[in-house]
Amino acid sequence: MKSTNVLINLSKITKDYVTEDITTNVLKGISLVVNKGDFIAITGRSGSGKSTLMNIIGVLDIPTSGTYILNNVDVSKMEEDELAFVRNKEIGFVFQSFNLLNRASALENVILPSIYAGVKPSERHDRAVKILKDLGLQDKMNNRPNQLSGGQQQRVAIARALMNNPELILADEPTGNLDTKSGQDVMNILKNLNNQGKTIVLITHEADIAKHAKKIIHIEDGKLIH
Amino acid sequence: METQELIRISFRAILSNKLRSFLTTLGIIIGVFAIILLVSIGAGLQSYITNQIEGFGSNLIFLIPGRIGGARTPGGQSSNKLLISDTKTIQLKLKNMASVAPIVQQISTVKYKNKTDKGVSIMGTTSNYIKTVKNALVEKGSFFNFAQEQSGAKVATIGESVKTNLFGNNNPIGKKVYISNNTYTVIGVMKKRGAIFGIDQDNIIIVPVAAAQQQFGLTHINAAYIAVNNQNQIADVKDKVSKILLKRLSEDDFTLQTAESSLSIVANVTNVLQIALGGIAAIALLVGGIGVANIMLVSVTERTKEIGLRKALGAKRSDILKQFLLEAVILSLSGGIVGIILGLTASYILSLFLVSQVTPFSIILAFGFSVMIGIIFGMAPAIRASKLNPIDALRYE
Ligand SMILES: Nc1ncnc2c1ncn2[C@@H]1O[C@H](COP(=O)(O)OP(=O)(O)OP(=O)(O)O)[C@@H](O)[C@H]1O
Ligand SMILES: [Mg+2]
Repeated sequence: MKSTNVLINLSKITKDYVTEDITTNVLKGISLVVNKGDFIAITGRSGSGKSTLMNIIGVLDIPTSGTYILNNVDVSKMEEDELAFVRNKEIGFVFQSFNLLNRASALENVILPSIYAGVKPSERHDRAVKILKDLGLQDKMNNRPNQLSGGQQQRVAIARALMNNPELILADEPTGNLDTKSGQDVMNILKNLNNQGKTIVLITHEADIAKHAKKIIHIEDGKLIH
Repeated sequence: METQELIRISFRAILSNKLRSFLTTLGIIIGVFAIILLVSIGAGLQSYITNQIEGFGSNLIFLIPGRIGGARTPGGQSSNKLLISDTKTIQLKLKNMASVAPIVQQISTVKYKNKTDKGVSIMGTTSNYIKTVKNALVEKGSFFNFAQEQSGAKVATIGESVKTNLFGNNNPIGKKVYISNNTYTVIGVMKKRGAIFGIDQDNIIIVPVAAAQQQFGLTHINAAYIAVNNQNQIADVKDKVSKILLKRLSEDDFTLQTAESSLSIVANVTNVLQIALGGIAAIALLVGGIGVANIMLVSVTERTKEIGLRKALGAKRSDILKQFLLEAVILSLSGGIVGIILGLTASYILSLFLVSQVTPFSIILAFGFSVMIGIIFGMAPAIRASKLNPIDALRYE
C-alpha cells in the first residue's frame, strides 16, 4: 500500500542523452520521495542534471529507465497527450526566463492553462483576476509582458502556475533573472503558497535562495547526495 | 480548446505580421479573382446564349454567307456570294413549308429637321421578319406589311436609340426622316433590346428590303432568317435550302445554322475561355497555397518556444494542430475574401459592356477553394508544430 501522503515517488530514475553515437548518462539512478506539503530545494553545480531532473518530475520528459509515481499514478510510461493532461492538472511551472507569451496581456497569459483544461470563459476570467489581485498585480492585468518589470513578469508566471490549482509547483531557477529584492518577493510568494498547502520543488544554485526551503537536496553528477 | 479562442489566437498571429500575411495571400487573391471571373463570364455567356436561342426560336434556320467552322478557301475570307434573289428563290420553292426574312444592312446618316444621327444601321428585310424573330417586337405604331414590302414603300420602323436621338420625347409616328437623301415615313418604334457585346441593338432603322435595295444599290444579303412552319421539318427544310443554294453556289459560300448548331459553336468558345481562366486560377491557387505552406513553416519555426510553452501548460497535439491549421485557413480565407470582392467588382464592371453574370455559386466555389487550400497547404506545417517535443521547443532560442 502506498501512503496517500506521497506526491512524488521517483525510483532508480536514469536519463541518457544520445548525440552522434555518444551517450551521456545525465541522471544515474535517482530515487526521491516528496510528500504533499513539502518544500524542497534541489541544488547543484551547473551541468549536474538539475533541469533534466525537473523536466522528468514535471513530465515534460520521460526517463530512460526507472519508475515515477505522481499522485499515485504511474506516469513513467504515459503517452504524450496523457502527459499533457497530467501537466495541465497537477503541475504549475515557473521558469527562469518567465516564458510568457509576448503578444498576450498578463491576464491572458494567466488564463492560458485553464483554456486547455476546458474551463468556461467567465469562470476562468474571474479566477485569473482573483489570483493576479492576490499577487498584487491588479493594476497590471492588461499590460503585455514587455510592459512589466522582471519581478512582475515572474509574478504573472506564478499566477499562471496557480491557475488550474495544481498540487505541485515546480520552479527552475525562478530568481535567476531577478535582482535580490524581486528574488526575495518571489521566494516569499512561494513560501506563502507552501503554507497554504502547495508542494514546492525549487531548483537553484544559490544557497541564499535554497535556505528558504524546508529541505535541501544536492545533486552531483547525476546522483543525489542527502 | 474552444474554436472562438483558436480564432482569436489566429487573428492575433496573422495581424502581428500584416505585410507578410498580405503578400502571402496575393496568390490566393489572384486565384480566387480568376475563379469568380471565370464563373461570372461562363454564366453570362450561358444566359446570353439561352436568351438568344429563346429570342431566336427553335424553329429557325439562320443563313449566313461564308463557311463557319470549316476550312477557309486559300487567300483568306471568302467574299459574300449570297444574293437577295437567292432568298426569293428559297421563299418561292418552300412556300408552304417556311417563310424567309432576308437581312441587308447599310450604315448611314439619318436626319430629322435640324437633328442628325450618324452611323445608324439601316436594315432591309421583309414583313416576315416581325413574325420570324421572336425578340423583335413593335413598341408603338406598326411594322410594314406585305403590300408595303412588295411596293418598296419608303416606310421605316425605328429603334429606341434613333427615336431618342432624333425625336426626344415627341411622337415620331407619321414624321418624315431623311436616310442619306431619301425621305422615309416613320410608321413604328421597335421595343428596346439593349446592348450585346457593347453594340447598341437599338441604333437601327428597319425598312422594306426593296426600298433599301433600290436606294443603296444592294444586291447581297448579310443574313437571312428562315422560319419553318412545322418544327419537326427543320432538318428537312435545312436540307432543301442547302440543295437550292448548291445549284448556284459551293459549300464554302454559305452556312446554315439552327439554334442547336449555333449553341455548340458558342459553347466551344465558352469552353476555351473557361479552360484558359481555369488554368490561371489553378496556377495562382497552387502558387498561393505554396506561399501559405511556406509562411506557416516560418511561423512554426518562429514560434517554437510558444509551442513548447503551450505544451508544457497542457496543450495536446490536437490543440496545436488545430491552432496552426486554423491560422492557415484564416490566412487563405482572407485572401479568398479579398479575391471575391475584387472578382465581384470586376464582374460587375464587365457586365456593363460584356456578358457577365455574378452567381452565388461562384462565391461559394471561391470560398470553398480558399478553405481547401488553407487546409491542404496548412496541414504539413501544423503537423510539424504538433509533433514538436515540449522541452526541445522550450529550449529553442
Ligand atoms: N537534449 C540534450 N541533449 C544532450 N545533452 C543534454 C541535453 N539536455 C541536457 N543535456 C546535458 O545534460 C547535462 C545536464 O544538463 P541540465 O540542463 O540538467 O543541467 P543543470 O544542472 O540544469 O545546469 P544549469 O545549472 O546550468 O541549468 C548537461 O551536461 C547537458 O549538456
Ligand atoms: Mg538548468
